[in-house]
Amino acid sequence: MIVQALAFYMFATVAIAAGVMVISARNPVHSVLFLIAAFFNAAGLFVLMGAEFLAMILVIVYVGAVAVLFLFVVMMLDINFVEMRQGFLQYLPIGGLIGVILLIELLFVFAGWTVTPDAGNVAALPMFDLSEVSNTRALGRLLYTKYIYLFQAAGLVLLVAMIGAIVLTLRPRKGVRRQKVPDQVRRTRAESVEIKKVETGKGI
Amino acid sequence: MAELWTGYLLPTVIIVAQIIAIVAPLLLAVAYLTYAERKVLAGMQLRKGPNVVGPFGLGQPIADGLKLLFKETVIPSGANKVVFIAAPVVTFLLGLIGWAVIPFDDGMVLADINVGILYLFAVSSLGVYGVIMAGWASNSKYAFLGALRSAAQMVSYEISIGFVIVTVLLCVGSLNLTEIVRAQEDLWFAVPLLPMFVVFFVSGLAETNRAPFDLPEAEAELVAGFNVEYSSMPFALFFLGEYANMILMSAMTTILFLGGWLPPIDVAPFNWIPGPIWFGAKIAMVLFVFLWVRATFPRYRYDQLMRLGWKVFLPLSLFWVFLTAGVLVATGWVPK
Amino acid sequence: MAFLNHGVRTIFLVELLKGMALTFSYMFRRKVTLNYPHEKGPLSPRFRGEHVLRRYPNGEERCIACKLCEAICPAQAITIEAEPRADGSRRTTRYDIDMTKCIYCGLCEESCPVDAIVEGPNYEFATETREELLYNKEKLLANGDRWESAIAADLAADAPYR
Repeated sequence: MIVQALAFYMFATVAIAAGVMVISARNPVHSVLFLIAAFFNAAGLFVLMGAEFLAMILVIVYVGAVAVLFLFVVMMLDINFVEMRQGFLQYLPIGGLIGVILLIELLFVFAGWTVTPDAGNVAALPMFDLSEVSNTRALGRLLYTKYIYLFQAAGLVLLVAMIGAIVLTLRPRKGVRRQKVPDQVRRTRAESVEIKKVETGKGI
Repeated sequence: MAELWTGYLLPTVIIVAQIIAIVAPLLLAVAYLTYAERKVLAGMQLRKGPNVVGPFGLGQPIADGLKLLFKETVIPSGANKVVFIAAPVVTFLLGLIGWAVIPFDDGMVLADINVGILYLFAVSSLGVYGVIMAGWASNSKYAFLGALRSAAQMVSYEISIGFVIVTVLLCVGSLNLTEIVRAQEDLWFAVPLLPMFVVFFVSGLAETNRAPFDLPEAEAELVAGFNVEYSSMPFALFFLGEYANMILMSAMTTILFLGGWLPPIDVAPFNWIPGPIWFGAKIAMVLFVFLWVRATFPRYRYDQLMRLGWKVFLPLSLFWVFLTAGVLVATGWVPK
Repeated sequence: MAFLNHGVRTIFLVELLKGMALTFSYMFRRKVTLNYPHEKGPLSPRFRGEHVLRRYPNGEERCIACKLCEAICPAQAITIEAEPRADGSRRTTRYDIDMTKCIYCGLCEESCPVDAIVEGPNYEFATETREELLYNKEKLLANGDRWESAIAADLAADAPYR
């Protein structure tokens, strides 16, 4: 038990520290690397809770794909750090003001937040007995039965986002010669090469 | 005190011993994989390959390793030092930690976790970080271009690998690697899922940056790609990591499609041979095909590589997921 | 029919497998490797390697300081200075070849009227310093003494074709 507690505190501390470093690191690439560290520690926390499927999916999707694309973009940024820090003091008052307003709004929202007494029951209702089925199976059964419409709707939202991104960035260009692989593969020696006997001084 | 010993220290000692028992042969295998690669390539090019150091040149990997060890570690002055040093360590580490879940025989596994295949998939998808960090931290254009190519390439091919894994999982009904192998007792998945086997193998080549998909280190255009600036031990770590990844990918192929530790036919002379030996033999066979492919095919052009990944493998593997699911449901073979 | 044929060839990766079968068959062919320091390839009698200055059998050096080789050398690698010797014969006092400039074209040996400067069969004269490749007369004559038998045999073998 003590090992688990130690592991929890380790993951939690590192996750928070990495999170702080994400916003405080000067170099954006370092920020993304700290973000990855934070993801890893979140995955570790999932494992401690017995949700190994979620932990692995977190690593695969967020670390393996999303963060790679972040890194991809951030690495190619051409930022002059000296120039970036010049305007910092100038914009500090207005930035701070917006931050304070947001904080006050959040406080109001959370102050008026009430939880219905049977919320715990509602959430726990469709839970499978985890000693009998693995949590992958439990998650799948729940997601594809009770929440199937919500799940499909989420999928549709992502699909729309993807199509939108493609439509916005795709610009048709005229006169582009594209490689047609099937045509190239289908060429045979007979139709593409011809050997001719050329007489001296005549040309073809 | 006794409780401390039996409760914590003894398990730790056992686990460390198991880790060493896996990692030491693995590193030896990595060293001799480089030797095998040179020998196989030489054989297919009518050469003899290394044959001077030791009998049949068997000392060559040791000599190469020692040479790299005694060289000077050069860190470019414009490099980001921490990331520069961390990158090869990450690559090497990721080549090793995947082995924690690989079953060498029924029950012979370091960590028999429920989501073993996802863990392997996660580890192989993290491999891109070593490359991308190396490329960025080197502060060199060649390294950077290599890293960018590698990032795009690995993300693209991961998707079709994911679908291939889903196809296998549909037939097994479990994410546990031991279960996946047990499900192949009657028939290896390479037979009914042959197209997926081919797709997985080719995507594995791309995922480990092997020829004909070795764009990230294309020596003809990028000098050596992401590891141009590396020398000595950091370079050796990259090298070891890359080859350990190759072995890991072969082990994954073996487990998913070639029946892991199972003998080809479960009859007398075959099932006398213990499982780990079958497992090793199958991995060696897959690795030989890796080298064979390298000796045969020229390097892909970058746009063709992307075309193959997105326009051929992705639709094909997606189609096969649906087909497999449909066949399983229609015939009632769905594993419960 | 042709369409079907192509389709089958594409789907079953026939061409890729053919290529792999070819490389596999090469694994069992006879290897062509020469274990270089222990085994060496054959050399033509006309091979143009390291330069030598030859002597007559009685020990007199052949070179008569006509400077034809110096004149024809396209890389201007040869430097010759000459003076009459005590017995009145015309001999070189200095005969230098800068081997780092030499392009091994063989024009010096073609132009030599007395077969004094010859490019011998030796190609293993790599050195650790650049200076060692600036040959002087002494070094060239020493080379001539060392390689005389091989060079004489090569010249004899090539003589019918000249």
